[in-house]
Amino acid sequence: MITKRIIPCLDVRDGRVVKGTNFEDLRDVSHPAALARYYSDVGADELVFYDIAASAQGRALFTDILTEVARTIFIPLTVGGGIRTVADFDRVLGCGADKVSVNSGAIDDPSLIEQAARRYGDQCVVLSVDIKRVDGVFRVFSKGGRVNTGLEAIEWIRRGVDSGAGEIVVNSIDTDGVKGGFDLPMLRAVTDAVSVPVIASGGAGSIEDFIRLFEDNPKVDAGLAASVFHFGEIEIPDLKAELKKHHIHVR
Amino acid sequence: MTVIVDYGVGNLFSLQSSFSAIGEPVCVSADPSVIARATRLILPGVGAFEDAIGKLRATGLDALIVARVRDGVPLLGICLGMQMLFERSYEYGVHEGLGLLRGEVRPIAEVIDPSLKIPHIGWNSLCMQGEKHPVFRYINDGDCVYFVHSYAAFGVEDALIANTEYSAPLTAAVAKGCVCGCQFHPEKSGRVGLAILRGFCEWDGTGGGV
Repeated sequence: MITKRIIPCLDVRDGRVVKGTNFEDLRDVSHPAALARYYSDVGADELVFYDIAASAQGRALFTDILTEVARTIFIPLTVGGGIRTVADFDRVLGCGADKVSVNSGAIDDPSLIEQAARRYGDQCVVLSVDIKRVDGVFRVFSKGGRVNTGLEAIEWIRRGVDSGAGEIVVNSIDTDGVKGGFDLPMLRAVTDAVSVPVIASGGAGSIEDFIRLFEDNPKVDAGLAASVFHFGEIEIPDLKAELKKHHIHVR
Repeated sequence: MTVIVDYGVGNLFSLQSSFSAIGEPVCVSADPSVIARATRLILPGVGAFEDAIGKLRATGLDALIVARVRDGVPLLGICLGMQMLFERSYEYGVHEGLGLLRGEVRPIAEVIDPSLKIPHIGWNSLCMQGEKHPVFRYINDGDCVYFVHSYAAFGVEDALIANTEYSAPLTAAVAKGCVCGCQFHPEKSGRVGLAILRGFCEWDGTGGGV
C-alpha cells in the first residue's frame, strides 16, 4: 500500500536554512546539510530545498550545498526557487535533485512546464502554487507570495497538469505560518480538479493537523512543513506513530 | 570493479554516491573495454523505453551486456534498466527488450483501480515472494522503497522475488540466474535501498531465483 509522505521543506538563503511567517521576517535555523541528514535519519520521506538566494553568489552557494546533500542523503530531493529555464533544470538535476519545482518561472513562461516535462518526464516537474483567497476566489500569487497574478488557481493548476506537471504543491498563503492547520477547502478544490499527486503546504501547527489533513482528504498524497519541524515542535517519528494509530499508512 | 553502464540516459549522481556510501568502488562508464572487464554491472535508466533501448543498441552495449550475463557476471537493472531486461515493452508501441528475463512491460493502468494516480509515485512496501534472494538478505517483508513508474513487468513467472501492492500486485523485484532487477530506486530508498545495493555487491550471482 502506498504511504503518505511527510516532507520537510528547507528554505535556503546564503547557505543557511531560513523560515518566515507569512513569508516575512525570515529567521535563521541551521545548516542545510546537517538538517537534511537529521531529517533523513528520523524518517522524512522526501526533502524540498527552496533556493531563496537574491544573488548569483547565493545561487552558486546553493548548488554547492545541494551537491553536498545529494552525496550523503538517499531519499528523493526536490528543488525549487529561481527556476526559470530548462537550463535551470539541468543545473539542479546535475547536482543530484530528483524533481524540480517551478512557480513564478512557469507563470512568466507557461511553456517551461511542457519543455521540462518533454525533456525529463512528467515525474520530474512539480508545479508549486502559492494561493490566496481574494474576494472569495482562489488567486495565484507570484514572487514569493507578494504579487497577485490575477490567475484563477484551479484553472492554472489544470493547465499545468495538462502541460506535464507530475505533482502539485498547494501552498495556502492564507494559512501559511499561522499554524492553525492545512487549508482543507483549498486542497479539496485542487484534488477534485486533478489526478496527479497533491502535496499540502501551509498551516501545519500540530500532529493533529496532519491527521485531519489525511482523514479529511485521502486524495492528498503528502504533507509539507518547515518551521514545526525545524524548531522541533513536531518530531517526525512521533508524527508517524500517531498517523499509524489513526490507520493512515506511513513508512 | 562494479561498473554503472552509462549509455546516456538519466543522472547517475545519486546512484554513484550511494555506492560510495556503502564503501563499494564503482565506475561509471560507456567504454566497452571497461564493461568487458567489469565484475558486476549496474544498468540504470529513466525516461522512455524506446529511447533508452535505442541508445543502448546504438552504442552496441546491448550485445556486450548480454554476453557478460552469459559469462555469469551479476547484473542489477534499476527502474527502466530493469524493464529492459524483459522480452518486450508496450510503452508507446511495441519494443523488443534484452530478453534476459521472461516477461513483458505493460502499463500499470491495465490492472490498477482507475481512481488511483499514475505514475505510481512514492514509498510503498515490499511483499517478499518465496525464499529470500541473496540480494535481499538484509531486507524484511514490508520494508518500504521509493517507486516512480507508470509501467511494470508482467508474466515474470518464477523470477519474481518481490511485489508491491497498488490495488493490484505490481512486480517490484526480479531475479534469475545472475540477473536481478528493481522497479523501485534503491539509490532513493534510504537505508533499505543501500542495504539492497550492499546485498547485490556481496552476491556471487548464484543461489536463489533460479
